Amino acid sequence: MVIIMKLAPVNKIIPFSNVDGPGNRTAVFFQGCTFDCKFCHNPETINMCIGCSECVSKCPAGALSCQSVESARAAADERSADSSTDSCKSPGADAGMLSNRRGSIIWDSTKCVQCDTCIRVCQSNASPRIRYMSVPDLIAEIRRTAPYIQGITVSGGECTLQNDFLIDLFSAVRALQDSPRLTCLLDSNGSFDFEADPRILEVSEGVMLDVKAVGKEWSRRLIGDPGDLVLKNLDYLLKAEKLQEVRTVIIPGRDTENEETVRYTASKIGNACDYRIIRYRPFGVRENFQKELGEDETPEEYAMKFVELAKQYGAGRAYLV
Amino acid sequence: MSEALNIIQDPTLTYRQELIALARLGESTDDSLRYSDAYYEAKAKGALCDLNEGIMPYRPRYICPDYDLLFEKGCKFLDLEPPTDLLEAVNVLEIFYCHVPSITTYPVYVGDLDRLLEPFVIKEDRAYAKKVLGLFLRNIDRVQTDSFVHADIGPADSVTARILLELTEEMQLAIPNITLRYDPDITSDDFALACVRCMLKTAKPSFANHGMFRSEWGDRYAIASCYNGLTIGGGGYTLPRMRLYECSLNAKSPEDFLENELPRHIDLQLEYMDKRVKFIVEQSTFFKDNFLVTEGFVRQENFTGMFGVVGLAECCNHLLGIKDVHHGFGLNPEATELGIRIMEAIEKRVSEHEAPYCDAFGHRYRLHAQVGIDTDGMDDSPGTRIPIGAEPDMLSQLEVNEKFHRFFPTGTGDIFKFEETWTKTPEAVLSIIKGSLAKGLRYFSGYLENNDVVRVTGYLVKKSEIEKLRQKKQSLNNVTVFGMGAQDGGHALDRRVQEFGA
Ligand code: SF4
Ligand code: SF4
Ligand code: SF4
Ligand code: SF4
Repeated sequence: MVIIMKLAPVNKIIPFSNVDGPGNRTAVFFQGCTFDCKFCHNPETINMCIGCSECVSKCPAGALSCQSVESARAAADERSADSSTDSCKSPGADAGMLSNRRGSIIWDSTKCVQCDTCIRVCQSNASPRIRYMSVPDLIAEIRRTAPYIQGITVSGGECTLQNDFLIDLFSAVRALQDSPRLTCLLDSNGSFDFEADPRILEVSEGVMLDVKAVGKEWSRRLIGDPGDLVLKNLDYLLKAEKLQEVRTVIIPGRDTENEETVRYTASKIGNACDYRIIRYRPFGVRENFQKELGEDETPEEYAMKFVELAKQYGAGRAYLV
Repeated sequence: MSEALNIIQDPTLTYRQELIALARLGESTDDSLRYSDAYYEAKAKGALCDLNEGIMPYRPRYICPDYDLLFEKGCKFLDLEPPTDLLEAVNVLEIFYCHVPSITTYPVYVGDLDRLLEPFVIKEDRAYAKKVLGLFLRNIDRVQTDSFVHADIGPADSVTARILLELTEEMQLAIPNITLRYDPDITSDDFALACVRCMLKTAKPSFANHGMFRSEWGDRYAIASCYNGLTIGGGGYTLPRMRLYECSLNAKSPEDFLENELPRHIDLQLEYMDKRVKFIVEQSTFFKDNFLVTEGFVRQENFTGMFGVVGLAECCNHLLGIKDVHHGFGLNPEATELGIRIMEAIEKRVSEHEAPYCDAFGHRYRLHAQVGIDTDGMDDSPGTRIPIGAEPDMLSQLEVNEKFHRFFPTGTGDIFKFEETWTKTPEAVLSIIKGSLAKGLRYFSGYLENNDVVRVTGYLVKKSEIEKLRQKKQSLNNVTVFGMGAQDGGHALDRRVQEFGA
């Protein structure tokens, strides 16, 4: 029987991050997202590569090449055959990951000069620079960083797309011997129904939740989703005491929308967790959306008003980033 | 034009700096202390370097007086009584410092200031104590005008240490250099965090691995000069260095280097050290009648020789034919492995050598990772550091460092340049420091990219003072000129910035 190792698409690992939760943390960014936010700084993490190969010839360093589905599958099988088997599943469980693509792009990280050309040419909000990694692959990285960090944070894209993988990963991190007790946090956009499937919360210290927009219409316009589940998750995570922090991005000049979002969120969370008020910054945002949302960052004074508002509505731990 | 005239007419030298340069010139008129021809040949090729110590040593290079004894007994020679209050204590120290020689003529170790002054500080009103300590620091900065002047604090928290940290931030002085002896069992997180905040704003203190130093030196050790471990009440006689890249130039292969060129150069440097140490002890008057010796502030048997090395990265890259530093030592396991073999070979050979007048250390010299000097250019990276510009991410850089720091009881260290956001998360910085010290890092220095006071290779300078020299004005700090050389030749200020998450 061929055993296929559970794999997940990893866009980036930051060994030491001081902006993804408390202390120094290793942050793992998974590829793929459930929303399509206009202010997204990393739109190339939103979709999976469709294998159009548009970027391959544009790469100035020859770091990209095409591979057929069959050889990609074969390579994955080979990898899992010589890895340890503690988080293996029978064939088929992860086949979807490869079969939805017409071809597979191979990225040679040793040749890549990080010029970002591939990301700019991609019409699909995807990136060819990802690695499919197993839990043991990631644990090997985390073993290296373990002595220096307080824990790990999984982010994205939207990490909960990899829910089963994350359950294995967090369990493995918690089982790590001879390293300080590491905490496991999720950085989520709230599109996963934690109440319906709370397994991940049992192996995690909590969720850092984005509440980007309150009000269906504004939400649909800003993130491409009515956002009902996000608000349901806000309630549920509060009740389950798994809310690590909540973040809201303040869009310049959107007085009413900003106010509604902050007022609603602040009155919900009270002093239960930090409330990070983040200024919109155009850096990395797609050009057409920069035109719509603003080409300048949200002024500090303007954003500060919403910190005050949040405090007024009970979020004592609101602060500006 | 004569060399003396050159010195006298140099518009960038202060009076004191001229005096020191002229003394050095005078010292070089006697060459009766001779070495073998092979030594001179290696020196001429740049493979061995005496760090301009001067050819007639009349004092040990680094002296670490026992300031506890000074406070206990006073000093007869200087006619100083033991201090009875804070004002007297700082006054006694200020006077004493002016009489502690060193290679730079300034004291390279000014004491464990927190431990020494705490009994006096806690008797005073805090605001008053702070005022006195502020004037004390100002005195050190303006009188001991040299960045190799070094003060130690910790491992325990104290009122004095807290005040010194506050003043360091408020005054933004390059002098003195400061080290926190960090011990996870003694140093509280709160104190360590205060040190991190101060370090991010002023490039000091650095963090020393207390457990590691203590296991080699015992409880009473000093961190002096850049990051030199030495015994309190003792010091270091001399510190020459092997420029490993130049040592490797004639080797035909790594094996040839390890078997021939390396041991040959080690022996030549040992010969040089032996002769110098004997000269200092037997010929010069320092150990016979200097008051520091006769009154017991230092003891000759507590001195050792410091065996310096520099440029391990370039040495390994050369031996393996690696041209691109981005794929060389520190980034390429083969080159890093070779580096470990070379260091093991150096450590072994030096530890087999019976050194004269090093009684307290089993008659052995101790290794030192020298940080380079202003004229080294890009040929020799400091000690065992990864070349500037090729540093990998911080994690990998720490891992490489952790493999090498154990070799250097008389000091080594690396410097990490942080980006602004880290000031908001000192606990994240502390977590990195704690992890690295636990994993065998000896010495951690950090600074923020936009500061005026910056750490060049081991010492601190003000960027604004370097600017002064560029405009041909004088800088009070003797070391600013080295900083300019290191910035121009070695790109020492261009090291990789630790961005949020890099
Ligand atoms: S990354 Fe984008 S451009 Fe490149 S092959 Fe995939 S979908 Fe096409
Ligand atoms: S970022 Fe890397 S893979 Fe993408 S185009 Fe540039 S070199 Fe090629
Ligand atoms: S949820 Fe995050 S990653 Fe996804 S589109 Fe929005 S901003 Fe981008
Ligand atoms: S590198 Fe070493 S020898 Fe040079 S000044 Fe610093 S401590 Fe002294």
